[in-house]
Amino acid sequence: MLIKRPQDIKSSEITPESTFKQRRALLKAALAMGLIKAAGASAQELRPNDPTEDGRLTGLQPWPGDVDAEPTAFEHVTGYNNYYEFGTGKTDPARYAHTLKPHPWTVTVDGEADRTGTFAFEDLIKGHTLEERIYRFRCVEAWSMVVPWVGFPLGDLLRSFQPNSRANYVQFFTLNDAEQMPGVRYPVLRWPYREGLTIAEAMHPLTLLTVGLYGQVLPNQNGAPLRLIVPWKYGFKSIKSIVRIRFMEEQPQTSWNMANAREYGFYSNVNPDKDHPRWSQASERVLGGGLFASRVPSLLFNGYADQVASLYTGLDLMANY
Amino acid sequence: MTRQSIALIKALTVLACLIPFGQLMARAFGIGDLGANPVQEVLHTLGRTGLNVLIITLAVTPIRRGTGLNWLVGLRRTLGLAAFGYILLHATTYAVLEQGLAWDSLLVDITQRPYITFGFLGLLLMVPLAVTSTNAMQRRLGPKWVKLHRLVYVIGVLGVLHFFWQVKIDATEPILYGIVLTLLLAHRASGWIKRRQRLGATTAL
Repeated sequence: MLIKRPQDIKSSEITPESTFKQRRALLKAALAMGLIKAAGASAQELRPNDPTEDGRLTGLQPWPGDVDAEPTAFEHVTGYNNYYEFGTGKTDPARYAHTLKPHPWTVTVDGEADRTGTFAFEDLIKGHTLEERIYRFRCVEAWSMVVPWVGFPLGDLLRSFQPNSRANYVQFFTLNDAEQMPGVRYPVLRWPYREGLTIAEAMHPLTLLTVGLYGQVLPNQNGAPLRLIVPWKYGFKSIKSIVRIRFMEEQPQTSWNMANAREYGFYSNVNPDKDHPRWSQASERVLGGGLFASRVPSLLFNGYADQVASLYTGLDLMANY
Repeated sequence: MTRQSIALIKALTVLACLIPFGQLMARAFGIGDLGANPVQEVLHTLGRTGLNVLIITLAVTPIRRGTGLNWLVGLRRTLGLAAFGYILLHATTYAVLEQGLAWDSLLVDITQRPYITFGFLGLLLMVPLAVTSTNAMQRRLGPKWVKLHRLVYVIGVLGVLHFFWQVKIDATEPILYGIVLTLLLAHRASGWIKRRQRLGATTAL
């Protein structure tokens, strides 16, 4: 499979948002009428999983759980990012991430699992059905967007490594290469960037191992070629450009928590009642709203409470933030 | 320096102070754009410009002393008022565009979030300085005017702390502002100490 680097994609080749929305509406209508099979139902036959040579991902499986909101403009999704390995400014990643080489790419799997080793990116996604899922994305800085991601449930991959009974947590690492990432020369955070989830969170069907957005492979600034999207947590939990997955017995270290444990907890679930020590989390600014748009109230678990609240029964969310 | 050329320089200073505002207006209404998060872009641009102009205002006296260009003192009021204008617009943007005049959340911010408390305090302290910036007020207050206007250093410190306290983790920029402000403060303080020593020496005689 050949994946072109996203900067090689002409802007004319990217699916325009209007076409994208029409296509989704059609797919959803067809899904509702039973004309096409719903997610999970032998989707393999429906279409190939491989990206085409120009980076577009074709024949994606629509997903019934999409957020009922307009996706944020492609230019904002790919132009306003936190990816400190390429600088701490919001527009730095779009400007500087062209030095990242997402191909070839390998991921090392280690720790409490029976099947460990180093795997090629292609082998990891082979056989998995790529779905397009429109999720809310909420940054800890109190802004948010709506993104049509492309990926498959992380749990489907993790199970293939046969985690053992001691695997209570999963830790993830981002690439740490000063040649490709100018930002790691500065000790802004502890490099490599690392994140972690409980095994139950990692196996939750909403946790998406993400390879694309807006129907194309991930642009470098969005964490090419492989990232997590954990839609009920603050954005920094959704680690980018993953090179290592480690099954652990004890709660793993996470970069933001190491930087400031009081401000960034291990869970970091979106919670409007639990303010960041320096700013409110009660409301958020939806990107692309313009100069005169108001903030909107934030939702517990970013609106995914029905699906994920059961992961935290008996846990005090104010103490375990 | 002739009277006319000083008037011209003052006019140019006013114009120069208006440039960042003009640029922002142009970006907001057509030419260019304000990016994905326009409210934050306007807010941060106004705040940063206010702090820049404030630092320039504070640099006037040391530069005047160092270079002997005494006419520079005539620009201080223009610069100070411009800094006040930007900070006022910054605070207004925060209250109106960012918070939508939600008074309860504004009150919580001002009383409970240190960076906003500091910023708000800095803005409040700028008001008496702006009000007493006229020649008439300067004459009326006499030596008290000089003392009152030393508040500008406190305002500078509050402004830098306000900036420092709200960055998520990369504090490079506010630290640079802090260094510049410290140098300016140290310069002024050494001047005050020397003068006091000289004064002490004279009285001892």
